[in-house]
Amino acid sequence: MAQTQAQIAANRRRYEELRAAGQELTPRGLPEATALERAPIPPDAVIHRETVPSGWYTTLLLRRGEALRIVDDTGQSSVSLLAWREEDPSERINCADTIKVQWSAAISKGRVILSDMGRVAFSLIEDSCGAHDLLVGGSTPASVLAATGVSGRNTQENFLAAVSKIGLGVRDISPCITFFAPVALDDAGRFRWQQGRKRAGDFVDLRAEMNLIVVASNCTHPLNPQPSAGGNVTLIKHRVSAAAREDLCRAASPEATRAFAFTDRLYV
Amino acid sequence: MTDSVIPDLTYAFDIPSERPWSRVLKKGQTLRIIDSEGQQAVDALLYCADDLAERYSSQDTLRVQGSAYIELGTRLISNKGRVLARITADSCGRHDTSAGCCSCESNAVRFGEPTKYQHACRENFILELSKHGLTKRDIVSNLNFFMNVPIDANGNFTVVDGISAPGNHVDVTAEMDVLFVISNCPQVNNPCNGFNPTPIRVEIRDAPGM
Repeated sequence: MAQTQAQIAANRRRYEELRAAGQELTPRGLPEATALERAPIPPDAVIHRETVPSGWYTTLLLRRGEALRIVDDTGQSSVSLLAWREEDPSERINCADTIKVQWSAAISKGRVILSDMGRVAFSLIEDSCGAHDLLVGGSTPASVLAATGVSGRNTQENFLAAVSKIGLGVRDISPCITFFAPVALDDAGRFRWQQGRKRAGDFVDLRAEMNLIVVASNCTHPLNPQPSAGGNVTLIKHRVSAAAREDLCRAASPEATRAFAFTDRLYV
Repeated sequence: MTDSVIPDLTYAFDIPSERPWSRVLKKGQTLRIIDSEGQQAVDALLYCADDLAERYSSQDTLRVQGSAYIELGTRLISNKGRVLARITADSCGRHDTSAGCCSCESNAVRFGEPTKYQHACRENFILELSKHGLTKRDIVSNLNFFMNVPIDANGNFTVVDGISAPGNHVDVTAEMDVLFVISNCPQVNNPCNGFNPTPIRVEIRDAPGM
């Protein structure tokens, strides 16, 4: 239906207001990165802890009210992640919506990871690193062969194996988020790897806002110029308090507040 | 434009504003997408016609290319690492593959709940894919032809006014038989369509000697 000049003007005005809020006001309200020694997990909050060796993957259930801490033990790892809503796995994380709704391809403490249904899958409640990749994705058989000269374990095949074990398949593998993957863009749009933004012990805490099946693959990021880099990562599932009205992630922006409200409706 | 002036034109169709379209391109055929009136985003998905589980992958495409935008020469890579198609002509110069498609649900988050009840690309994709036995599960991060989404060094990600002029076109040449699915984007809440969706035209040509 053709838009009138008045509709066009009104929609443009609203868009400019949202853009200014999303790229100027919201980022000023976001917290600093978590310091490495901060945010210890109380021992009685820990539900499960496991170590995933370099090149491998794991699958776990994360219920609303639980969080997953992912620790890059050596500073050499990157962790690619997929997640589906437990009750309806056709709902899954959506990198594109996560980026455009928050007006930024850079996620850090205070941001959320959205599902394709306009709901919050995860909140990034702690993040010591702030350098994660939503654009380039994980390694593949071809990328490993090109980088190392030999075939090796890779995220594409890890994801295939993982989804096959939970009744899902290749159609359920969406674009992934890779943590501890400092990918930036230069002015020409080319990707650059910022090695200086990786440290041993960097961690994120992902609070589940819905019940999720999560797959994490610990493989060298395809843009890492040291293709043999890698080390253990530690995953700690732990209990956290739910997102209150004034919660950092919930209140970060009008968009986040709406996405939380839509998510809450699943649980009332 | 009529078929008689371009001898090798095998198919042409004007896709009305806000509507979907799909067709199988044979290996070697070229799909020309024409932004008939300018500033119109064209959301697109590609699937291997012989195995629909093999489909376009935005992340593999960007990784192989090493840069963030779709342009002349870009190889469109599948989730199995194969080249589905190639961008063989481009009179616009700027296309996106990171912003995904609009949906009723993401519109509600971005622009407020009333916009949930506006037509969206994902509605188009779901209906068009259903003709081929595919569902919402099969919708991956898509291509957005003629959509201008600069990403700056700090990660700022902005849908800005399209730079495509009336008649600008992009050619996509199939490297294997591909199912090509389009949603002529109905979005009125951001500048991807100049806030006013318009028709586009698609034309298919055989490779020389086909």
